[in-house]
Amino acid sequence: MTYAVRSATVRFGDTLALDDVSLQVEPGSVVAVVGGDGAGKTTLLRSLVGKVQLARGEVNAPAPEGIGYMPATGGSWSSLSVAQNMDFVGGIYGLSGKALVSRRDQLLERASLGHSVDRLASQLSGGMRRKLGFSMAMLHDPALLVLDEPSTGVDPVSRVDLWRLVSEAAAAGAAVVMSTTYLDEAERAASLLALDSGRTLASGTLTDVLGSFGGAIARTASPRRRAWAWRRGREYHEYWPTALDVPFDAVAVTPDLEDVVVTLSMLKQHESELAS
Amino acid sequence: MNPAAAGAVHRPVLLAADRVSRKFGAFTAVDDVTLHVMPGEVVGLLGANGAGKTTLMRMLLGVLATTVGEVELFGDPPDRERRRRLGYTPQGLGLYDDLTVRENLAFSAQAYEVSPPELPEALRPVADRLIAEIPLGLQRQVAFLSALSHDPEVLVLDEPTSGVDALARATLWDTIREQAEKGVGVLVSTHNMAEAEQCDRLLLMSNARLVAQGSEADIIGSTTAVAVRTSAWARAFAALSAAGQPVMLAGRDVRVADADADQVRKVLADAGVTAEVTGVPATIEERMMALARAPEGP
Repeated sequence: MTYAVRSATVRFGDTLALDDVSLQVEPGSVVAVVGGDGAGKTTLLRSLVGKVQLARGEVNAPAPEGIGYMPATGGSWSSLSVAQNMDFVGGIYGLSGKALVSRRDQLLERASLGHSVDRLASQLSGGMRRKLGFSMAMLHDPALLVLDEPSTGVDPVSRVDLWRLVSEAAAAGAAVVMSTTYLDEAERAASLLALDSGRTLASGTLTDVLGSFGGAIARTASPRRRAWAWRRGREYHEYWPTALDVPFDAVAVTPDLEDVVVTLSMLKQHESELAS
Repeated sequence: MNPAAAGAVHRPVLLAADRVSRKFGAFTAVDDVTLHVMPGEVVGLLGANGAGKTTLMRMLLGVLATTVGEVELFGDPPDRERRRRLGYTPQGLGLYDDLTVRENLAFSAQAYEVSPPELPEALRPVADRLIAEIPLGLQRQVAFLSALSHDPEVLVLDEPTSGVDALARATLWDTIREQAEKGVGVLVSTHNMAEAEQCDRLLLMSNARLVAQGSEADIIGSTTAVAVRTSAWARAFAALSAAGQPVMLAGRDVRVADADADQVRKVLADAGVTAEVTGVPATIEERMMALARAPEGP
């Protein structure tokens, strides 16, 4: 069963929040939706879980009881303990008694929260709080797991830990969609969708995205056109339309995801400047 | 005070900590840390939450006293006059949400008794919008501009690029590197390990101590990871996970952090999974995870 959002357009008043965006995810894999603040990641994820009305397009997702959703705000209640948060969500999904306790304890153990069951959610560190939100979304063993920026503002060690949990969920057969501002997380996913101002910049596997990039990237100490160059440490990377355009004193490099996303963002910005 | 800086008569140390510690009650937040930032260099400060990065930064700024050890700003203990020559952006940006972009910049310029900076092109369309109403990427640009308005000689930046897109991040790094080229010394903390390559030198903190410094390779040290390529990835994953290995997905491969290739081969063989198993260099995150798993440190 493939879950998907197809050609979704979403408007909030006069704002075009999503413009013809498609996303699909297979069971047993992780899809990363990558972009900055205001790119449309949350709107897309909320469309997938049925919380946003599409102006155009269609959604194919399981019924609500088959979806686990962790909002960007974390999803847990500050004034409840870790165990109470889990039990409350378990109750909503009709879990109770031994089944609830064993599932709850297993998830909290995996998330290294086994020693913190009686702590209030408000007393957890940022990373622990996200792991609680993740465990809550996983409680009813959903077929589709949707995580909105589980790793933003979380330190690198907790991020690795979260990625391990996400991997485990996919290995156990869940279809996972997660949004992130980190390109390295998008690189590790089975496929990625890069968004910018509600539009698709790139999508597919990392190999597809890198392979379909038409331009050339050159490493140089002195860029020819500053507007098409950006920093890599003391040097620059500069975009050229084709490999033939690269000046003799610059070195063509194999573009990585950051090169591709930065270039596509620049091209899009340039396009909209020409249009206005 | 510092062997590396001892002969550098013409390159004064901008920012220095000499065997600095800070305790809060019985808790040691920073333990015996020595560092220096020279003109024109970008020094990256890495570490998990609670490793002591922010406490260290606050001591370097002179807003938090040390328990033991000395901090120097431009060769002397930080005071009001010396702090005027420093630019700082905190994690929370330090802007006023209910003032406009222009008002925020005017306010901080006035505090430093300088004229407000000229707005770059990207900020002109939003000059009269409230800070709360503009995207995070632009907010970060305003915070930067505000920290730079009085031409500081040292910049201390606490996670300056968190939450912004790739292009906005590139723009912010352009500004940081431009400042370094003018001779400004920069100390920057980040949670985005991809930014390590933007820095000239890295410092890694773990459990209050400085545990490694130098290039990315110096930071990773001898920590290794294991890459597992197999068509039966879900089974490989389950077997390694059951064996207590820190296992993760990496595209279509399975990756085990802080592990030994032979041990991984054995677990997979026992589970009857055919796989190509290769030892690979660890990433910085994996090095940090290895440190967190062995809290006594190296």
